[in-house]
Amino acid sequence: MTKLTVNGREHDISSAPDTPLLYVLRDELVLNGAKFGCGLGQCGACTVVVDGTAVLSCVTPLLLVAGKSVTTVEGLGTAHEPGPMQRAFMQEQAAQCGYCIPGMMMCAHALLQNNPRATDAEIRTALQPNLCRCGTHMRILRAVRRAAETMRTAQAPASARGAVP
Amino acid sequence: MRSMPSLVLSRRKVLAGTGALVMSFASAPSLLLRATEGQGSPPLPGSLKQSPYLDSWIRIAADGRITVLTGKVELGQGVKTALLQIAAEELDVPLETITLVTADTGQTANEGFTAGSRSMHDSGTAIQNAAAQVRALLLDQASQQLGVTVDQLRTEAGAVIAPDGTRRSYGELVGAEMLHVEAQPRSVLKDPKGFKVIGKPIPRIDIPAKVTGGTAYVHDLRLPGLLHARVVRPPSYGARLVEVNAAAVEKMPGVVKVVRDGNFLAVVAEREFLAIKAMRALAASARWQETAKLPKQDDFASLLLRLPAQDSVIFEEHGAPAAAGKKLEASFTRAYQMHASIGPACAVAKLEDGTLTVWTHTQGVYPDRAAIAQMLHLPPERVRCIHMEGAGCYGHNGADDAAADAALIARALPGRPVRVQWMREQEHAWEPYGPAMVGKARAALDANGRVANWEYEVWSNTHSTRPGGAGSLLAARDFGEAFAEPAPKPLPLPDGGGDRNAIPLYKFPNARVVHHFIPTMPVRVSALRALGAYVNVFSIETFMDELAQAAGVDPVEFRLQYLEDARARDVISVAAERFGWTSAKALPRGRGRGFGFSRYKNYAAYCAVAMEVEVARESGRVRPIRAVAAVDSGQVINPDGLVNQVEGAIIQSMSWTLYERVSFDERRITSIDWSTYPIMRFDAVPESIDVHVIDRPGQRFLGSGECGQGPAAAALGNAIANAIGQRLRDLPLSRDRIKAAMPV
Amino acid sequence: MTGRLIALLVALVLILLVAAAFAVAWKPAIAPVAPPQAASFDQALVRRGAALAEIGNCIACHTAPGGKTLAGGRALPSPFGTIFSTNITPDADTGIGSWPGEAFQRSMRQGVDRAGRHLYPVFPYDHFTLLTDDDNRALYAYPMTREPVRAQTPANELRFPFNIRIGLAAWKLLYLHKGPYQPDRSRSDAWNRGAYLVEGIAHCGACHTPRNGLGAERRGELLASGEAEGWTAYALNQASPAPVPWDARALAFYLKNGWHEAHGISRGPMAEVTQSLASISDSDVGAMATYIMSVMGEPSAERRKRGEAALAEARKNAAGATESSGDSETERGGANNDGAGAAIYASACAVCHDGERALPFGGIHFALSTEMYGPNAKNLINVTLFGLPGAEGEQSPIMPGFADALGDDELSALVSYLRRRFSDQPQWNDIDQDIRAAHSGRRPVAIHPTHVALPDDASQRGKP
Repeated sequence: MTKLTVNGREHDISSAPDTPLLYVLRDELVLNGAKFGCGLGQCGACTVVVDGTAVLSCVTPLLLVAGKSVTTVEGLGTAHEPGPMQRAFMQEQAAQCGYCIPGMMMCAHALLQNNPRATDAEIRTALQPNLCRCGTHMRILRAVRRAAETMRTAQAPASARGAVP
Repeated sequence: MRSMPSLVLSRRKVLAGTGALVMSFASAPSLLLRATEGQGSPPLPGSLKQSPYLDSWIRIAADGRITVLTGKVELGQGVKTALLQIAAEELDVPLETITLVTADTGQTANEGFTAGSRSMHDSGTAIQNAAAQVRALLLDQASQQLGVTVDQLRTEAGAVIAPDGTRRSYGELVGAEMLHVEAQPRSVLKDPKGFKVIGKPIPRIDIPAKVTGGTAYVHDLRLPGLLHARVVRPPSYGARLVEVNAAAVEKMPGVVKVVRDGNFLAVVAEREFLAIKAMRALAASARWQETAKLPKQDDFASLLLRLPAQDSVIFEEHGAPAAAGKKLEASFTRAYQMHASIGPACAVAKLEDGTLTVWTHTQGVYPDRAAIAQMLHLPPERVRCIHMEGAGCYGHNGADDAAADAALIARALPGRPVRVQWMREQEHAWEPYGPAMVGKARAALDANGRVANWEYEVWSNTHSTRPGGAGSLLAARDFGEAFAEPAPKPLPLPDGGGDRNAIPLYKFPNARVVHHFIPTMPVRVSALRALGAYVNVFSIETFMDELAQAAGVDPVEFRLQYLEDARARDVISVAAERFGWTSAKALPRGRGRGFGFSRYKNYAAYCAVAMEVEVARESGRVRPIRAVAAVDSGQVINPDGLVNQVEGAIIQSMSWTLYERVSFDERRITSIDWSTYPIMRFDAVPESIDVHVIDRPGQRFLGSGECGQGPAAAALGNAIANAIGQRLRDLPLSRDRIKAAMPV
Repeated sequence: MTGRLIALLVALVLILLVAAAFAVAWKPAIAPVAPPQAASFDQALVRRGAALAEIGNCIACHTAPGGKTLAGGRALPSPFGTIFSTNITPDADTGIGSWPGEAFQRSMRQGVDRAGRHLYPVFPYDHFTLLTDDDNRALYAYPMTREPVRAQTPANELRFPFNIRIGLAAWKLLYLHKGPYQPDRSRSDAWNRGAYLVEGIAHCGACHTPRNGLGAERRGELLASGEAEGWTAYALNQASPAPVPWDARALAFYLKNGWHEAHGISRGPMAEVTQSLASISDSDVGAMATYIMSVMGEPSAERRKRGEAALAEARKNAAGATESSGDSETERGGANNDGAGAAIYASACAVCHDGERALPFGGIHFALSTEMYGPNAKNLINVTLFGLPGAEGEQSPIMPGFADALGDDELSALVSYLRRRFSDQPQWNDIDQDIRAAHSGRRPVAIHPTHVALPDDASQRGKP
């Protein structure tokens, strides 16, 4: 059993230590947020936040995250009570098929936690590992900028941290 | 303002075999021009033609709950929201109270494929008319119950209201069989001036689940007792499985079964990662005999010109003979390009009590059902295909094949639901690609610099190998029975396949367009967003630029000289004006601007794109700076949804146009991941994209999901040519080609 | 620390020397000219200059990240402070537009700018001095026919006394051996051409030759391993650590295509070098390889054997490794440091690096990786932490970085495990220190995409 904190809740994980975090999240913890895109760390669809930094869960085995704290898009809020990042993506209608979006959001979330005043260039650089095929890029950039503004003005550390209380 | 597409085309000579073109334009209903013609019985609008019963589209329960059904599917294009807007508008009920059921062979009408930007035209039209007629029936009923004439009643929020304020909810009014009646050809539709829901940027109903980790995709469907399967695909087309050590893999922990049937090989496990490990072990122990012989990757153009072709003249116009003037000629090519969805194909299937249920992100649940039923020798009613969303679609990708994989594996494990997801390299290597194409254009200018003669020829494989029969499915070709791949067919005009948009909308005194359909398919191909229109519009619009240059006329002005269609002229003018188009003012060295236009399929949405790019001379690297588009999609249902689609089309087209070509060696596809098939990333997307919508209240809904692809490619290519002073005609316009084209 | 002390002592001596040498140090300004018209240059000359500029990789240093080509402003860190590359576009005020050809030639041959100021040898005129007058004329034609860009070069940030340019005259007295290149008649034409390119415009030694306390390449240690932008530039002499010995063919292939099946792919600053060499003629790249191989010499029988063993291991069907070694090693994992490294390798690395998929897009089998045999773990650490970014819109290897997933201890366990498993060399000493320096950003590491080319005969097909 491996201990893992996911979205604020501690779990005893039964998956083998070599299991990529992605399958622990999707298969064992029944979370939909992280997506399988390539399994090679090339597309970013599986991005989650581990101890404050964006991590590609498809190439990160469980044994590297044991005891750490993982945040997935489910940890940013719910459809009824969306967090600032989710609200920004809804307001900007920043999705087409949406498959890449949770990865984008987690990548942006990690960026803004560390750099709340990220410039447009910094946002693009941070999102560089993440692919979108529908061409929603302009909206994603707008949504991340909007989320940054909301987080800065809200000055509400609890909601900005995005963890479920 | 009336749309007059038939004017442009029907008075021209359209040759035998494409007579349907005239028919289809002449008969296309203009929704709001109802009851204007007195002839016999006009056909039913949209998909009501195929499924005329009103309750195939709209059901109202006694408690007032309203269900709207569509045979179309959500692909991330926002169709669910748009259809709900239409239903809510015509029914006069709040949008959020309607339940929408999308394509499900157990519930919805058969609307074929969700493709070709036809959803609004087919399903939107059907639902709009059905809703209007349902509302009329409810009004009649209320009139009888309340003893008030219909014209004194009004509807609001799911109820009929009498002048004295008496309310009768739809649930109270609806009778058991009231909606089980055939639709009438004509409906009394609402006046667009009074629209409250149509034309509004209603937030998409699918987005909340997508941004919060809800069950948004078939990938997220977790049925009780779910098993995970992975397929081991052959290393190359047609490879035969010689031997495999299934027994050793079946002993691995968590492995439930290895399914081997002929060359079809799959493994099923209790957990997903165990299935992947077992798949790797199974693949490692498998020995294949490979027979594929692929053409030389960079030689496809000469191959296409060599292969036997079925030639048809699809357009001919003879006017005044051409006076002597400049003659221009150009060849265009496009390499194989792929859909490259971010999420590999996935499906869930379950065989229970002799009925197979398949949850799939296919674009066509009915055709998929027919193919799967044929593959498994089941009567179609024993197979139910239910659509759930997948990752972006953009045409015929691995979705149908994954559904067939799941069906075949589920058959081996009755009672257990089986989820199959393809690996990245499987999606890349096995999805059917957008076909390689060649276009050749010739034109003559007269002494005044006007186009006197225009000729265009296009060479292409088919643009659809969709199911079809079982042989369209990879699994059915691989497993014991080995269904043969159906013979490819060209897609008929006016939609067309390789010849989609091959006929210019511009009016030239002499013109001739030839389609060379090539049945032999060296590489697996099928429908990729916009089909041949991407290449044909790129070719036509590039050539128009070359002609404008030869004539010494501004490219935008030159286009307008040959367009009579007022709506076409409008999108061009709006795009040019919002862009600040002027060829008078030179851009800084290294910068260029370009323009592109088309009316998709010559009968759907109008789209014009202007673009500015910067080309780094030393590296050949292109940086799109900004794009401005104008789109006329007829009556707009959801303007933000439309803008989102066109923005996406522009960026996707930039990626196709600058980077993308499928690579292969003499035997295998070698574009098998993002490293070997790179697409556009954030560092390359432009600074801004502005899309301007020209609303046409009351006009037909025009498909627009694919309208931006061709114009964006043309604008980009023309901007590059403007920046570097050299014309590139081979897609992709890659860095190495640009570098090679430029003087040192 | 000692290096810095020595540097300071030498610096004092230098100041004295500067004073004494002032008379010889002074260089006159060359009168400015109106920028010549681009059209005034012969196209063939420009093409030749462009090819030389590619071999010299001029654009890489003279272009700031995301900046205009050749407009300078790229920060070049050195032990003495940061120097900014200059604008060499033909802009008259901020570039070299006002430089006549003789000023350009003097800068290449003597390291002096048009105004007569001594240039810092980060501009490697100790190599460029070898260029012939003819080649200098061709090379001059290249920047002078580019777009002029107005871009003021930022002021250098050098510590005293290194900010006193006149001191450079003394440096030159000691270390600048003025060209042009004198051919060695006892050697083949190819060798001489290679030596001319490698020692001259290509300035390979700038990274691959170790430097002394004053930043000069050590004369006696030609191509004996140096440093560049946080990376170790491996030895290209007899001490080459490559597990499979290089030969001229493999080296030429690598230089031109950015990868070789028995050696892996170029990355870090070398990725920029192979990208620009991609367009160079086969004969020039072949000549460079010929010369470098003469410096490397014949491999010993022992090295040959080691190379064959490495190739055999990499070619062995590693298919079983993924699932069997994965499981067993994972289960062993955690008990001690070695087990942890093995478990990380099996679960995070092996899936791409087990040799199933061929180079350049598959991960290299570590038995073939020079990193495992290198004098330190820096390059292995760099790649593991920061990965390989894809080249924009071009087929190129991509590796995700593990900087955010791997803790320093975990990376240390992994690195020492890999050294032990895949090389026969003693364990590295400074692993933890090197990890901390790179991970914390104290040792800045340049990351560049690798542009690879696939010649027709190069099979990149892995196992199905």
